[in-house]
Amino acid sequence: MSKTLLQVHNLKKHFPIYGGILNKKVGEVKAVDGLTFSVKEGETLSLVGESGCGKSTTGRLIMQLIEPTDGSVIFEDQSLTELSKKQVRLTRERMQMIFQDPYASLNPRHSVQKILEEPLIVHGIGSKEERKQRVKEMLEVVGLSSYHAKRYPHQFSGGQRQRIGIARALMTKPKLIIADEPVSALDVSIQAQVLNLLQDLQKKFQLTYIFIAHDLGVVRHISKSVAVMYLGRIVEIADSETLYNGALHPYTKALLSSVPIPDPTIQKESIPLSGDLPDPSKPPQGCAFHSRCEACMDVCKTQKPTLMEVEKDHYVACHLYEEDKQFNDK
Amino acid sequence: MSQVAENQSPLQPSSQHDEVVSPWLDAWRKFRKNKLALFGAITVIFFIILGILSPWIAPQGINDQNMANTLQAPSSSHLLGTDDFGRDVLSRIIHGARISLWVGFLSVVGSIVMGCLLGILAGYYGRWVDTIISRLFDIMLAFPSILLAITIVAVLGPSLQNALIAIAIINVPNFGRLIRSKVLSVKQEEYIMAAKAIGMKDSRLLMKHILPNSISPIIVQGTLSIGTAIIEAAALGFLGLGAQPPQPEWGQMLAESKAYITTAPWTMIFPGLAIMLTVLGFNLMGDGLRDALDPKMKH
Repeated sequence: MSKTLLQVHNLKKHFPIYGGILNKKVGEVKAVDGLTFSVKEGETLSLVGESGCGKSTTGRLIMQLIEPTDGSVIFEDQSLTELSKKQVRLTRERMQMIFQDPYASLNPRHSVQKILEEPLIVHGIGSKEERKQRVKEMLEVVGLSSYHAKRYPHQFSGGQRQRIGIARALMTKPKLIIADEPVSALDVSIQAQVLNLLQDLQKKFQLTYIFIAHDLGVVRHISKSVAVMYLGRIVEIADSETLYNGALHPYTKALLSSVPIPDPTIQKESIPLSGDLPDPSKPPQGCAFHSRCEACMDVCKTQKPTLMEVEKDHYVACHLYEEDKQFNDK
Repeated sequence: MSQVAENQSPLQPSSQHDEVVSPWLDAWRKFRKNKLALFGAITVIFFIILGILSPWIAPQGINDQNMANTLQAPSSSHLLGTDDFGRDVLSRIIHGARISLWVGFLSVVGSIVMGCLLGILAGYYGRWVDTIISRLFDIMLAFPSILLAITIVAVLGPSLQNALIAIAIINVPNFGRLIRSKVLSVKQEEYIMAAKAIGMKDSRLLMKHILPNSISPIIVQGTLSIGTAIIEAAALGFLGLGAQPPQPEWGQMLAESKAYITTAPWTMIFPGLAIMLTVLGFNLMGDGLRDALDPKMKH
């Protein structure tokens, strides 16, 4: 088996809320509250959840773009949380990020050439000529043409810009790519193209992806395993196949039932989620999902469920299955 | 990869030889369409050329006195008349263009450099850095600017160079606050996050990404401020705190000729007109630049 590239252990990020006349800390938002997962080399882990569940924050925490409140991120046997600012900067050669909005993630004043060679300059790779050559190659790799290097971002469409963003992430030949909703700002037809491109690149360069998305349909084909997040915690994590065929957590079931099936004759059972996402600064007592859960029990309102392995490599945080397990044990 | 190549084909732009439009070229095209701004730019360029070529095009020396010919009305030998020492007003205005533009330009450059440095630090690092720098700006803005300039000149001693320094200092908060607010919005942009994700040092991030994207309001404000700085230099000159006689600084010329406003008005009108035209030129040009550089005005 391939080795583990990234390990995240009990990762937490609590954003303080300041208020009142004295600007005192009046509360905190637990954007990410104790995540533990690992990714093996060459595989793809998808983080899925509603907006506000902390999935983008997780991506940024792994990149050390924001400092975690607690927990550790171990990348290639190196604990990123213990490194100095400079050392963290240098690890970025091996881990890069693709951003959500291709209209905002490219500096409008830089030409494509400048945007793409910047990672090389920053990490001191290659001479001027070599860099130029590499920009041309990379443009071809992502399906653009080498003469595009002279242009500016505003001369491209959204899909093309996202290809530039992908090319930028690949310039330093990284091992890990964190893709923060790379296709959610694109048209559906372009989404498929970009997803195919990402898959092809993964094979070609043996990339490892952490793929952040809010749409379970999008991640189905690209990911090896999927983690479903709700209010800063993982509620279910499993192999892609297992999850799509036998989701256990009520939240995952509801999310899956909302993925449209491109066949109008199939009548599927729809599990609507009632209510809104609770205020993340005042999450519900007990299981954070109990306020919207169909199968809510008394125990859910008081006790936080822990992530437990119910099948091999299939973890769920839900009291429903805890009891099952206890029952079976007896 | 073949699938990608196929998928890609409809995305290819029509022609390989499409023109490459940089943001600056785009701004110039918009500026060119604005007639008033173009008029302003031409006026400014006219005075700049006048200033540069002054030693060669001025009909007479700045200090060529002719006591037999004092306070002459404009005539063919003295197009704009003569002053109380019989010096040619036109020649002095032409030489004055060099002084006034020099003071205006240098003091604004000084303000921009200091203002940008402080403003970027305040905007980017926030917290106590921001508090200290912003309160400093507030204190400076609490004084009427000309009063502050007078105070600075009084401390340093009256001379053209000290007037220039004083004008540069009093304009620092204007630029500083402007760039601070712009940096506050630019640093939230995703491409700044992307630049950090690449692994870039703060210094490179500030100079290559934040500054170029925050600079356009500064260019506009800078152009407008050259006009203001020229007026401030003239005001200090008028008060005897700037250029010293016999330097032909426009404000200083106004001050010297104020006694003859009824008997020889040309000694006052023409330097005044020169100030007005230059400032008007810079203002029109600045307005045009604002329209050309404002991304919201895109086509």
